[in-house]
This record gives sequence, C-alpha cells and structure tokens, in this order.
Amino acid sequence: MAVYSKKEARKAPSNVKGLTFWLRENLFSSPFNVALTLLGVMLLVWVIPPFIKWAYLDANFAGSTREDCTGGGACWVFIRMKIDMFMYGFYPSEFRWRVNTVYGLFLVLVAAFRYLKSPVLKIVLAHVYFIAGFLLVHGGLAGLEVVPTDKWGGLMLTIMVAAVGIVSAFPLGVILALGRASHLPIIRSLSVTYIEFIRGVPLITILFMSSVILPLFFPEGMNFDKLLRALIGIAMFEAAYIAENIRGGLQSIPKGQYEAADAIGLSYWQKMFLVILPQALKVAIPNLVGVSIALFQDTTLVLIIGLFDLLAMVRLSAADSYWLGYETEGYVFVTFIFWFFCYMMSNFSQKLEKRFNTNLRK
Amino acid sequence: MKERKEIIEIKNLNKWYGDFHVLKEVNLTVKTGEIIVVCGPSGSGKSTLIRCINYLEQFQEGSISVEGIDLVNDVKKIKAIREEVAMVFQHFNLFPHLTILDNLTLAPIWVKKMPRKEAEAMAMKYLERVGIANQANKYPNQLSGGQQQRVAIARALCKNPKIMLFDEPTSALDPEMVAEVLDVMIELAKEDKTMVCVTHEMGFAKKVADRIIFMDAGQIVEENTPEEFFQHPESERLKLFLEQILSH
Repeated sequence: MAVYSKKEARKAPSNVKGLTFWLRENLFSSPFNVALTLLGVMLLVWVIPPFIKWAYLDANFAGSTREDCTGGGACWVFIRMKIDMFMYGFYPSEFRWRVNTVYGLFLVLVAAFRYLKSPVLKIVLAHVYFIAGFLLVHGGLAGLEVVPTDKWGGLMLTIMVAAVGIVSAFPLGVILALGRASHLPIIRSLSVTYIEFIRGVPLITILFMSSVILPLFFPEGMNFDKLLRALIGIAMFEAAYIAENIRGGLQSIPKGQYEAADAIGLSYWQKMFLVILPQALKVAIPNLVGVSIALFQDTTLVLIIGLFDLLAMVRLSAADSYWLGYETEGYVFVTFIFWFFCYMMSNFSQKLEKRFNTNLRK
Repeated sequence: MKERKEIIEIKNLNKWYGDFHVLKEVNLTVKTGEIIVVCGPSGSGKSTLIRCINYLEQFQEGSISVEGIDLVNDVKKIKAIREEVAMVFQHFNLFPHLTILDNLTLAPIWVKKMPRKEAEAMAMKYLERVGIANQANKYPNQLSGGQQQRVAIARALCKNPKIMLFDEPTSALDPEMVAEVLDVMIELAKEDKTMVCVTHEMGFAKKVADRIIFMDAGQIVEENTPEEFFQHPESERLKLFLEQILSH
C-alpha cells in the first residue's frame, strides 16, 4: 500500500519573489509607473518632514499660556487649554461626570451585547441605554439639575447627533425599503416619493426647514427644542439613504429565497424579517457603514442652525482674541478626531462582515 | 388498489405569461398516496404546473383544489394550502444565513408555533432519516449539492405535509450525487405520502410512479401507468421524447 506523507510546498522560483520582484512588479513595471512612483516619493518628501517638524519637533506641548508657545511649530497648548470646550461645549463643568458616565455605560452596553444571546433583550437594552443616557445628560429627574440642550456642544454633541440620527433612521429606512419593494402600488409610490424627494434635497435645506420653517406651522408660543428638531430632520434625511442601501441588498437576494419562504408557509413579515432582511442587511453592511460615516461628518452642518458641534467649537475657540492665530492646530486636531471615529467605524464594518459571513467552506 | 379520495383536483387550468400561453386546459386529478411523475421537454410548462399547486405561480383561468380547499387569491386559503403542501426546488433554496438545523426548525417554530426543543428533536429525526444528522450545525454552503438537496427534503418533511412537490430535484446536481437524493425520494415513496415529481429520472419513474404524465407545449399529452407509458407510447411526440431520453 502506498504511504502518503505530508510534504512542504515547493518554494516559488526566485525571480517571482522577494523585495526586488515586488518593487519591479508594483512600482516600476512601466515607464509611466516609474514616473508615478517618483512623483509620489517626491510628494511624500515634500510634505511629511515639514509636517513632522511643525507638529512634533518644533511644537510646544507644555505650559498654559500663549507665551509658552515659542518653538515656531505647532502650539498644542491651545488644544490642551480648550479641550473641555471641544469635548463638552458649554456643558457646565460640575455636571460633566454625567456625560462621562454615559460614555462609560456605552462600554457596558458593548460588553453586554457580547454575552447576551437573545436579540429581543439586546434591542430592549439598547433602548434603555438611549433613554437613560438622554435622561442623565439632560437631567430633570432624581434631583439631577436640567442642562438645556443649547448648552450641549463639542464632540459630545457630534456623537449624539450621529448616534441618534443613525439609530432612529434605521427602522424607518427598513420600512421604506420594504415599502419600495412592495407589490402594493400605493405603499410603493408613497415610499418612492418620500425617498426621491428627500434625496433631491440637501441636508442643509432640511436642517433649515426643520429649524426655521417648521416652527411657523406650530401654534404661537409652542416651543419645540432646536436640537430635537434638528435630530428629526437628520433622521428623516438619513432614512431615505438607508432605505436605498437596503434596497440594493434586497435586490441581491435570489427569487428562490422568497419562494422557499413562501413554500414553507411563512407570512409576509416572517418571510421578510427571518429570511430576506438578514441576508439583505448583510450585503448592505459596507454601504450602511458608509452612510453612518457620511452622517458623522455631516453633523458639522448643525452649526448653521446654531448648534455647536466639535468643528464649530474649534472655530469658536480659535476666534478667542487671546488665542488668535491657532486655527491650524485646531483644525489638525479636528481632522484627527474625525479620522479616528470614521476609521473605527470602518473597522467595525469589516468585523461585522466577517462575523455574519456564513458562506463558509469545509 | 384500495379506495382513495382525490387530494388535488386541477380543472381547465389556463395560464399566460403576457401573451405566452404556458398552460392550456390542463386537467389533472391526484389521489391520496399517489405518486405522479411529470416529464416533458423544457418549456412544456411542467414546473409551472406544479408551482401553481402551492400558488407560487398565479393562474388566470380554471381551478385548483387541494384537500377540498379551493385555491383562490385569499391569504388564509393560500396559507391553509401551504400548510399541507411542501416543495423541494431544483436549486435547493436553503437559507444560507441559517444553520441546517435552523433551516429545518424555522417553519415549525414560526408557522406551527412549536416549542424550540420539540422542533429541534423533530428536525434531528428527519435529518437522521436523510442521513446527515452529523451536519446539523453547519451552514448550507459547507455542504455538497446532494447533501443540500437532502436537507431541503428534510426541511419539507418538517412541515409534515400531506403532499410533496418536487421541482426537478436532481437536475442541478453532479451525476454522482443524483443517486443519494433519489434514494431518499424512493424511501419517501414507500410511505403513504402523495408526491408530484417533475423529473427526467426515468429509472425513478419506472420504480415508484403510479402514473406518469407527459407534457408538451403547455398540455398534458399522455397519462399512463409506467408499463404502458414506456412500452406503448401513443403519441409521436412522446415516442420521440422517449427515444432521445432513453437512448443513452
């Protein structure tokens, strides 16, 4: 009987491996690519060293006044002195522990999601978190002093607008996507009209409408929180985009899946929620995260209706007469924060895709 | 043969896709426990016919009744019929995001409101029967075509249906895997389940069918017992069909 033993794979021939091969193949494979590579290297040499010199070597980190910035490079002292403004806006400093608690509770929520199995419990917990978080930050219950929403600002406001926007737009988006895919003509045309109308209008217009035009329709004296109005506008806006992404996912599901679900006797809603949507959402993950990232960045638009998000706070601080002339540091800082959050979201999206991948091989 | 009552009655069925007349005046009666094989050239309307029985296809004229329930466009009646009729598809149509076990328990848990434990025990029993109980926690894409089709049959059985419809269950399979699926179907045929199979597996038809139906251009051309069907085909169309299908 033949005996089989495991052999190591043979090594690739030496001319198709190694650094030289990689360089030749990827950077210098044609005259045009040689030119592009050289141009790229030149650009990097031109940009990176001066930036490092400015942001680190010549920069000032210590101190607490403008006079401490003597190096000629970046003055990070400005960021250090204003960081509370950037993080919390005008939120009173003695109550900031409330915001921090909500951040901390988020970690608890993430941990709980890892250990909980029942999806119903997860949804309930997420709702509890959002309501408790709002009550804690806003106050007014259990002896907590009320902090009105016009005092909220900075990164805290950015995160809140983005999170509430996405979370509340999502169910509406699912309903709209199902409506658009429906066979019932009235439901379908209502959904199409809504989606196409919203997608034809810039977010900035919707924010203006929600803060300026909407109150005109309310009876006199009725005042409706500015932040809440903005949130409703954002949620309505995002729902249309989420619906379109989910529609893309729905269209990728083969007809056989609908037929199989019908044939085993599932009702319309069971078919959609148990069979079709789980698969469609999985396909739509990259696009949905794309929408979330776009929304996170779009929150900066709330400035125009008088809400001070992170970017607005930085601009405000840079206009402080004592710290005049340090916008660059501020904007670099904002860039970094935005990049960090968006990068985390896109990382999260890849993790989700991996976790829900059931297209496994043996 | 013992006295059996009609379980499926199809009368004067007509169906059009746009201008194309797919089914023309089809009449068919199936009795409880009967095993019917439907064959015919592609495009002859055989799949469409059996897909009408559980209302995956709508028809314009004629009537279908299953277990005395008239099939009309009424959610309750469609649901009632789908309780009794299970279907196995050419491309399996397993739910790729669920494990094999969850594929099987989905309908019992959500449609029949069976407790999960009970549903899982029943699912395992059927998986045992089709010989893949050891794959219960895998996902459909991890299984071979033949295994997937056996899972699909087990999923259909989990509804405990009175009628099983098979829509070309072996035509998407590699030749080696056809036998394992046919074996399961032959086992089923020995029980008292009513089966309507669209298939070109003539060996299977000879072995288990009570009647074979030959369709061409949307009509039932011939209908006979297996012996008569193969030995004394009447129409020219069927003679040609049999010649081509049996010559290899």
